[in-house]
Amino acid sequence: MARGAVAARPSESEWRSVPRKVIRGGRLLKAAIFLASLIPAAWLLWAALTGHLSANPLSDVTNETGIWTLRFLCITLSVTPLRRLTGWNGVIRFRRMIGLFAFFYGTLHLLTYVILDRFAGLDFPNGIVAWRTVRDLTISVGKDVYERPFITLGFAAFMSMVPLAATSTAGMLRRLGGRNWQLLHRLVYVTAIAGVIHYWWGVKADVQRPLAYAVVVGLLLAFRMVWARGYFRAAAPKGRRVAASNPDRQPWGSGAVEAVKNAEPREP
Amino acid sequence: MLIKRPADIRSSEITDKKLYLNRRDFVRTAAGTAVAAATGVLGAEAFLRAAEPAVHGRKLANVQKSPFSTTEKLNTWEEITTYNNYYEFGTDKESPSMLSRNFKTEPWTVAVDGECNKKAVYHLEDVLKGQVLEDRIYRHRCVEAWSMVIPWVGFPLANFIKRCEPTSNAKFVEFTTMYDPAQMPGTRLPPAFGGLHWPYVEGLRMDEAMNSLAILGVGLYGEVLPNQDGAPFRLVVPWKYGFKSIKSIVKIRFVMKQPLNTWQDQAANEYGFYSNVNPDVNHPRWSQATERRIGEFFKRKTLMFNGYGAQVASMYAGMDLKKNY
Repeated sequence: MARGAVAARPSESEWRSVPRKVIRGGRLLKAAIFLASLIPAAWLLWAALTGHLSANPLSDVTNETGIWTLRFLCITLSVTPLRRLTGWNGVIRFRRMIGLFAFFYGTLHLLTYVILDRFAGLDFPNGIVAWRTVRDLTISVGKDVYERPFITLGFAAFMSMVPLAATSTAGMLRRLGGRNWQLLHRLVYVTAIAGVIHYWWGVKADVQRPLAYAVVVGLLLAFRMVWARGYFRAAAPKGRRVAASNPDRQPWGSGAVEAVKNAEPREP
Repeated sequence: MLIKRPADIRSSEITDKKLYLNRRDFVRTAAGTAVAAATGVLGAEAFLRAAEPAVHGRKLANVQKSPFSTTEKLNTWEEITTYNNYYEFGTDKESPSMLSRNFKTEPWTVAVDGECNKKAVYHLEDVLKGQVLEDRIYRHRCVEAWSMVIPWVGFPLANFIKRCEPTSNAKFVEFTTMYDPAQMPGTRLPPAFGGLHWPYVEGLRMDEAMNSLAILGVGLYGEVLPNQDGAPFRLVVPWKYGFKSIKSIVKIRFVMKQPLNTWQDQAANEYGFYSNVNPDVNHPRWSQATERRIGEFFKRKTLMFNGYGAQVASMYAGMDLKKNY
């Protein structure tokens, strides 16, 4: 197909003509991805309770939840490239869920830091259950976020996910409008970059792992830039690149419109 | 919708098809390789590997008790032999316990060199000859803000130094760890990826080295030292951060100038030469005011000189410890 050609988006009737079996297959796959995404949390809980972590399990839990946040961010960011390169548009329906899992692990990571690192370091002059504890914990976290750049960055990365999680529902998408929603959700690029630097600044010497995440995030973002310039489009599989080959679409398009279409109304 | 195309692209401006296809191939191959390498690194660490505690070694005979020992609750053999910073065997805490298993510690020699009268290469047995071994139960404070209580077995470093007969030129003692890439996979990490410059070097001022708390450790829990803890013999200076207590020593040199220790060489703004435990001087990236004793939930307040001020504080009288961190 020539570059300038216009390709129609699938119409409502075309969507409706998708066989029931395919849709049900998609739901099954979605359920499977949901369960698989819980495995790291379940494993971590099991390992912590049965002594399968290191001699410093509290540090392991903090590190692992952080790493899984980065992993889910990377998976979320690979949905669009995967879709573009394979023409498998249906993959978009899993993106929100995977993105919310990134938020889920990010929340666990923040909580472990607040409890295991900050709370555990307090003095408790009035006992543990006291207003003083709440005050001291707030000050302790606030001071740490302010004083330590790598914590500042980690905290910023988490905060950047909050509006995304809050506007992840189909209702919020409709209220914001596709374009605004899409613009807002590009914040996830900031989350990923801040997350990688946060990891990098946290290690003592060996930067192999942060570097690996930097490479992955870098490539995923670079793909978007390259795609915006029309680079891979000719290579995309023929016949199925319906949305991908439409030059009228936003160049960085993340499929918000399709996401609305695919949105199942009663979803958590 | 209709897209208007400019009609005036000159053929000279059009990239030759073969060229751009090649470029695409290249980009794709490069991206593919990078993704494969990255996922390789990430996949390898997807789930923590279980470390294994060291197998018990030979019992050491005639070990004396020491008044310098603390009565605090000991960390377990398992904790002390699975949670190690020994970067020659990898940067994960569990790596040394898994990768040092076949490290060869016999025979072992130590080269004594520099400003002293008894320059020689000593067999470890000769180093140990005539030394009375003592139990030294010390607090161990890592620069990463965790700590343990460890029952070392060793003898005063001062005893060995006296035998070397350092001259009046000897102001510092420099220690060097074994460096053998064939046996130490961690040393193969290139500096570009954050690897340290090998061999690992540490140093003490002469008076620090002669302090009665400084020992050469050869055992743990009354047995010979496990490989991951710095076998066959190592330095233990409990009032300093753990990285000062250099492991698996192969060279001791008496020098006039302050040695450049490995961590200072790696990041001088974060790690100094003295590296005395000090709750008032924070690491640039984290606080040193508290520490987590391995096995405990609530953190403890870190003590000045790790609680050994009575024995060592006088050595630093008048020194600005914020500057000399």
